[in-house]
Amino acid sequence: MTEKVTVKTEVSLEALKAGDKAELARMVELYSEPIYRLGLKMLGSEQDAEDILQETFMKALRSIQQFEGRSSISTWLYRIAMNEIFLTLRKKKPIEEPLDGYDGDGEEPEKPREIIDWCCLPENELMTAEVRETMNQAIEKLSPALRSVFILRDINHLSVKETAEALGISEAAVKTRLLRARLQLREDLSVYFSHKMS
Amino acid sequence: MTHPQRNCQELLASLSEYVDGNLSKELCAEIERHLEECQDCQVVVNTLRKTIDLYRKVELEDELPKSVMQKLYFRLNIEDYLSR
Repeated sequence: MTEKVTVKTEVSLEALKAGDKAELARMVELYSEPIYRLGLKMLGSEQDAEDILQETFMKALRSIQQFEGRSSISTWLYRIAMNEIFLTLRKKKPIEEPLDGYDGDGEEPEKPREIIDWCCLPENELMTAEVRETMNQAIEKLSPALRSVFILRDINHLSVKETAEALGISEAAVKTRLLRARLQLREDLSVYFSHKMS
Repeated sequence: MTHPQRNCQELLASLSEYVDGNLSKELCAEIERHLEECQDCQVVVNTLRKTIDLYRKVELEDELPKSVMQKLYFRLNIEDYLSR
């Protein structure tokens, strides 16, 4: 299976720094949907997602002159968004595990328990409202550390390197967490479908 | 001869990179040989791919509400560029 490649027209940092509103609008047009989606999936609330969206671009505007362009603009925006998201998560409830020091990286992934092949189910049975709800619950069950990697990699199609930069973690940690997230989601869906198919 | 259970555990560690097509040809071939003999692992690979596929499909259905976009453009003083 090949990774999906999203063709993005890169925004001009020079134009942004010069205060070019058309370029700012282009940047907003390109990245507002994935950033909103990231906020929504991480925080579970449309209002929070909207706040994240606004705060991300406002902070980006305020710090644009200091941004040296060592990473891509998209990675920079995602980094700002993730910082806002983690701040919001900490305010909502104190989290025992430090989000950026998730200590499961060194552990072996859990062995899959539910081995049932539900791939053969017809599309209309795989995309029901009940399945969507199960998928939502499954992603909410993931720790923020795993959820963020899954959303950035699999939903927003960032590369391993971009995801690592956006989250301030190593590429090895991205790969480990992605594996764990995927396996956990697979497990939850398999439990659901095993009940449906029995 | 390698113990079958150890191969399953080894496959698990490489699963993400296998489905993403990021492994070497040799490692892929090794995994595919294992999958031919191990029905359980084949099911895990299939359902893992399907899980990712489902999440991608569902997420694409979530659109950014127009009202949210409009508020953002106004806040950034670029409302002249609203196109939708």
